[in-house]
Amino acid sequence: MKLYIPMDSAAKALGADDVAEAVRREAEARDLDVTIIRTGTRGMIWLEPLVEIDRGNGREAFGPVTPKDVTALLDGTLDGHGPVENIPFFARQTRLTFARCGVIDPLDLADYEKHGGLAGLRRAIDLSSAEIVAEVTDSGLRGRGGAGFPTGIKWKTVMEAEAPQKYIVCNADEGDSGTFADRMIMEGDPFTLIEGMVIAGLGVGATKGYVYLRSEYPDAIAVMNEAIRIARAKGALGEDILGSNRSFDMEVRVGAGAYVCGEETSLLNSLEGKRGVVRAKPPLPALEGFLGRPTVVNNVISLATIPVIFERGAQLYADFGMGRSRGTVTLQIAGNVARGGLFETAFGITLGEVVNDLGGGTRSGQPVKAVQVGGPLGAYIPVANFDAPLGYEELDAKGGLLGHAGLTVFDDSVDMLKMARFAMEFCAVESCGKCTPCRIGSVRGVETIDRIARGDADAIPLLTDLCETMTDGSLCALGGFTPFPVMSALNHFPDDFATQKEAAE
Amino acid sequence: MPQTTSIPTDAEIAAILAEHKHREGPLLPMLHALQAEFGYIPTAAIARIAHLLNMTKAEVHGVVSFYHDFRERPAGHHVVKICRAEACQAVGGDALAEETLAKLGLDWHATTPNGALTVEPVYCLGMCACGPAAMVDDKVVGRLDAARMARILTEAGA
Ligand SMILES: Cc1cc2nc3c(=O)[nH]c(=O)nc-3n(C[C@H](O)[C@H](O)[C@H](O)COP(=O)(O)O)c2cc1C
Ligand code: SF4
Ligand code: FES
Ligand code: FES
Repeated sequence: MKLYIPMDSAAKALGADDVAEAVRREAEARDLDVTIIRTGTRGMIWLEPLVEIDRGNGREAFGPVTPKDVTALLDGTLDGHGPVENIPFFARQTRLTFARCGVIDPLDLADYEKHGGLAGLRRAIDLSSAEIVAEVTDSGLRGRGGAGFPTGIKWKTVMEAEAPQKYIVCNADEGDSGTFADRMIMEGDPFTLIEGMVIAGLGVGATKGYVYLRSEYPDAIAVMNEAIRIARAKGALGEDILGSNRSFDMEVRVGAGAYVCGEETSLLNSLEGKRGVVRAKPPLPALEGFLGRPTVVNNVISLATIPVIFERGAQLYADFGMGRSRGTVTLQIAGNVARGGLFETAFGITLGEVVNDLGGGTRSGQPVKAVQVGGPLGAYIPVANFDAPLGYEELDAKGGLLGHAGLTVFDDSVDMLKMARFAMEFCAVESCGKCTPCRIGSVRGVETIDRIARGDADAIPLLTDLCETMTDGSLCALGGFTPFPVMSALNHFPDDFATQKEAAE
Repeated sequence: MPQTTSIPTDAEIAAILAEHKHREGPLLPMLHALQAEFGYIPTAAIARIAHLLNMTKAEVHGVVSFYHDFRERPAGHHVVKICRAEACQAVGGDALAEETLAKLGLDWHATTPNGALTVEPVYCLGMCACGPAAMVDDKVVGRLDAARMARILTEAGA
């Protein structure tokens, strides 16, 4: 009998290690022949710790499992969810980037290969640089880190730049609240990120890569380091990759708790050992990036999607999606939601379907009031706009921003004035300090919202003006987009700003 | 991992720095290694780094002070980081944080008088579908409530 128990940090945060230990002990006491395989998570976080048992005819799911349930679990008397693939939340997904996550042992390279791993790299090895870049362009892949910039175009710029050394930098800073896809894939299928970075290296002519990984993710750091060591030992990384006579090596660099270091130029400064201050563009990092050399900076999910594009072909990937948003989006359903987790699907699903059908409404059982889409710099979207399809341009048309595709659900107990204040406070704490509208404006923003809370209606137009100044006068999206959550809160939920006033009068 | 608080010697500092000197962009790895070893960035290290990397002391200090992670004096024996970000707020994380601080009689970044515990804010731990979340030293906990938090504080000796 095989048992699959996640070692993903969300599962562990909910007790997966204790469950694994209880299973081990109980099996030993009963003298049962049990193999425990630690996997990534399937992404159904509300069911974690989710244990899967294979008694010879497929993997059946149980969860959330506590150590107390283990006796019944091994007796076969615990109520479960049946075959994992039949759980509606899972069955409705199109898993391309996350195909192996939760399925395999993340650090078993042979298992990785058995599930399609390295096939993309083998194919890329036989292609020219230009053909590799063209394949990425044809897939329609756009950066999943937030800005949605076409990945193929970025790679082409770096490919065409002449330099003695080029770099692939993976942005694993994942600072946005409501997002955890990067963490999940690094913990659950790290070889796919490594493979994606190697292909990127072959495509643009870079031989060195860095994963800039936030310090708040100690588990992901440990898994990535181990995966890199294994890949190198088995010839999938380093010199003469898979006998191709080509080389590419990489290492993990740990961030230091600054949100702004997720912005690519700030990240590069940080990687160079400087303060994480944002650089003015141009020059583009593609031409003058790490140490002044041509550099691809891509998000984890962008790079982790490369292997499946090469394994299954650009056309297959591009056939999913809508409009200019091709392929799949890895939605992260978070906050006050009954069924939270990762849901990979073709672009185009509506916000309402995600929150109500998939998410099952709020965890508290109260009505949904707002969903913040795209992290701390994203707008709060009211239920009235739930028909918005999730695509880059489609959401933009609704005054929203897809960003890293995190959706944070709030029930009707949320005070939107407080959330607007928090957005300003966050900007003040995390500002890199380069632009006055961001550094000082955000502090003024907190004060202005406090005035509104005290009942000063004159402060409302001041807040609007301040937001305009921040939008117009900020170098990067931290100062420039903080007005999105603030103004969307004010515009869609005026009562939260007015009631306060009446209450104070 | 509990933080050590012994006074670092010059030789210990030099050995750590030497391990990272050859890297591209060695400063952050150096600072992380120093903090992992000593629990903070010793003042004596600043001048050594400046010399080694051809920077001014002010520049090195500017880097140390930019990042939330680096501390210039030892923290408590354990560090609890409570998530303050939106997804945790949506499930009562802010109330939990306020209660915890009130119970300990501390502000953010402060340490209990017995030196057992430092409380810090953190903005997202990637547990946004199972908040409220916190990190106790290097261990993440999810779906926190007041009872669970009380146990964490007791175990940390607060
Ligand atoms: C304040 C700020 C924070 C950001 N944080 C991240 C992040 O954590 N991860 C990320 O991939 N991109 C982040 N970005 C976007 C990056 O600047 C950049 O667009 C991205 O890494 C490019 O990769 P992609 O094209 O694959 O998306 C951030 C941008 C800003 C302005
Ligand atoms: S907007 Fe803010 S974070 Fe961005 S460059 Fe300006 S000061 Fe720095
Ligand atoms: S220390 Fe990072 S911006 Fe405050
Ligand atoms: S918002 Fe708290 S873990 Fe992400």
